[in-house]
Amino acid sequence: MIATADLLIVGGGLHGCSAALNAAIRGLSVIVLEKDTVGRHASGVNGGGVRRLGRHLAEIPISNRSMEIWRRINELVDDDCGFQPAPQIRVIEHEQDLEAQSQRSAEVRALGFYHEVMLDQQELRSYLPAVAPHCVGALASLDDGFALPFRTTFAFKRKAQQLGVQFYEETIALTITREGQGWKVSCAGGQSFSGRYLLNSAGAWAGEFARQAGDKAPVEAVAPMMLVTQRMPHFCDAVVGAAGRPLSFKQMPNGTVVVGGGTRGKAFPESNITEMSFNELRRSAQTAIDIFPIMSKANVVRSWSGIEALMPDRVPVIGPSSREENLFHAFGFSEHGFQMAPAVGEIMAELIANGTTDAAIEPFSIARFG
Amino acid sequence: MTHYDVAIVGAGPAGMSSAIEISQAGFTALLLDDQPAPGGQIYRSIENAHTDRLDILGPDYAEGKRLVAEFRSSSTTYIPNATVWNVSRDLTLAYTREGVSHGISADALIVASGAIERPTPMPGWTLPGVMTVGALQILLKAHGLLADAVVLVGSGPLIWLLAAQMIKAGAKPSAIVETLPLSHYFKALPKLRFNRPAFSYLKKGLLMMRSVKAAGVPVFLGAQGVAIEGSSRAEAVSFEIRGRMHRLPAETVALHQGIVPNQQITRLLHCDHRWSESQRSFLPVSDCFGETSVANLYIAGDGAGIGGAKVAAMQGRLAALRILEKASAVQNTATSELLAEIEKEISIRPFLEELYLPSAEIRDPKENTIVCRCEEITAGEVRASLASGVPGPNQIKSLLRTGMGPCQGRFCGLALSEIAAQYLGKTPASVGYYRIRAPLKPLRLTELANMGEAEVPQAPVKQELQK
Repeated sequence: MIATADLLIVGGGLHGCSAALNAAIRGLSVIVLEKDTVGRHASGVNGGGVRRLGRHLAEIPISNRSMEIWRRINELVDDDCGFQPAPQIRVIEHEQDLEAQSQRSAEVRALGFYHEVMLDQQELRSYLPAVAPHCVGALASLDDGFALPFRTTFAFKRKAQQLGVQFYEETIALTITREGQGWKVSCAGGQSFSGRYLLNSAGAWAGEFARQAGDKAPVEAVAPMMLVTQRMPHFCDAVVGAAGRPLSFKQMPNGTVVVGGGTRGKAFPESNITEMSFNELRRSAQTAIDIFPIMSKANVVRSWSGIEALMPDRVPVIGPSSREENLFHAFGFSEHGFQMAPAVGEIMAELIANGTTDAAIEPFSIARFG
Repeated sequence: MTHYDVAIVGAGPAGMSSAIEISQAGFTALLLDDQPAPGGQIYRSIENAHTDRLDILGPDYAEGKRLVAEFRSSSTTYIPNATVWNVSRDLTLAYTREGVSHGISADALIVASGAIERPTPMPGWTLPGVMTVGALQILLKAHGLLADAVVLVGSGPLIWLLAAQMIKAGAKPSAIVETLPLSHYFKALPKLRFNRPAFSYLKKGLLMMRSVKAAGVPVFLGAQGVAIEGSSRAEAVSFEIRGRMHRLPAETVALHQGIVPNQQITRLLHCDHRWSESQRSFLPVSDCFGETSVANLYIAGDGAGIGGAKVAAMQGRLAALRILEKASAVQNTATSELLAEIEKEISIRPFLEELYLPSAEIRDPKENTIVCRCEEITAGEVRASLASGVPGPNQIKSLLRTGMGPCQGRFCGLALSEIAAQYLGKTPASVGYYRIRAPLKPLRLTELANMGEAEVPQAPVKQELQK
């Protein structure tokens, strides 16, 4: 069986769904090929941070553009995606760390962005009354937020479907080959698909497709871990990180607390399995208790991890192939792609439909890996 | 982290029997169990049971005394009150005891964590005063406690057993409401095999039923549309039989729809599972010795598929003998004898499974019936999410939070797979089951933070993942 569309997308995560939706809005016919089910991996199980705070400087313009879309996400996908505006606060525990964080905020301001601000101890306490007394201040981005990752990915998929995008789930793309001006994707079980344009948004599995096209992309499959507690009395309105040690911490509207950040389990991308490392999670647990003493009363009910794509420089790949025409890449977003997806999907659709974008994507070129 | 030749989870007949066999052979065996004393659910508190309680609970229960004594005298390292909360594929595991977590490693692991009661979503099942038949029987075994004005509702041999035990204890239930369609009796009969074990099971069943009749307990057969009524707690059970409505006042309602394997550990480890149409549940895939799709991980007892206490004990021995056989590379003739004995012992199962197959009504609850008790999600909400295009239990979980509460899906997992399968016109096998994540039971965050460096597995994977 051969199905055709203007645009083939390999990978039905949030980035694939967002690009599909935006391409459909621009009048392209789109087929999305997903080896499992939409949102099965990183997109469906990440921490859900809608975070501009602390981004790589090159990511800030795209992150800001995405933030605008998040604020009216309902208009785009007919679902609020569980988006909650909330401050993102990076708590500073030691006096000697104040300087570095304040420098960071100055660096961002020098580029003409004003969302990252320093909070003194009193301001910090007003945003986070439950924070431990030893915390001396914070770097914060007050107009960020968080959302529900699976619901978001599913909403993008559903809206894309309504606009005619065809999703083929449990369809495992194996090879991509040139077919005249366009591309052919051959899948397990003999199915194949052809289209003029091809977008590789296959996350942790994207490296292989890039390689087949002659692009070098040293993608590492990683498994960032998170844990969630039983419901607790409401005590935190912000998404909280820490300077000097890894932490991602937030209390959900239902009272459960999600703790993660910086700890990794083991990823087995060939079998979709992740294995937790409680040795690592111990540290997350300790950090959470140190910064919020109330957490010493918390009970962990579950831990989880998704398989994510990490680039060696921790910056994603966004843009056209450096070798082949009509091939595009958007992957390598581990732990920082959820917030960016609405804008990146728009940028990919512009690139594909118009051949150009005014977004500054040069720093994300796949050519940087040679 | 202490290392053992074999670690065993669960001190029921399967776990105890395997521990005895392993330690007798001079290998080191560790047995972890979350109860204060050995016996599992079937022989719960057997060491403390005096003559009158033994009399009430009957000879099948009393039989556990011998096994527990033999287990106690074995050289097994037995750790009671130990709740296993994580198992890794390299056969390291973490357990909590008295608020402190520890880690151990083993060359082979036998999961003997038994069965759980099938979820029974029906109107009013979350009201105070409603419990399961299994829980009521545990109160009787462990504390000699009995409730007044109990209506037993559902289907399965355990209902009749508990009724008979309650009668003996002088607290007869106020009624039995059996929910299985009468056609099941006719469908099951041809599956009866006439051999000694089958005959003995059948005789026991009939004796229990006779004692219920003799005690004058009202029995309602073929009940449909069962609902538990009450505003703040259970007050009555209502149901319909052949068009006639019944309403029985009740202070306590005990529900039961049979037992199913406790899959938490084998799911956590991503073992292969298959759907058993006759048991209406998922079973871990294993070879005839109980070895699962994860090398050196064995499953024995009801967790491998419901077979009862005798079969469990034999399966425990079998898994142990197999492990010893592999370790010593010497064949053991006892394994083939055990296999034959198990075969004979389970010949009653096709009959029981057909008879007590949960009815369509139980498998497909009404719109307003709560399915996930932890997050209070109804069957209607589950179906609405399926209508919007989510493909199965894990996506429903992501969207609605079903199975995300402290029970980790033990109370709703199977019901959800059934509802999704029914709604989508698929088989439960194809819609699948929740992915299970550690900790298997809620764990204090401080306990995790305080876990000693040496207690935590350092090297995540040391051996081949799949056979």
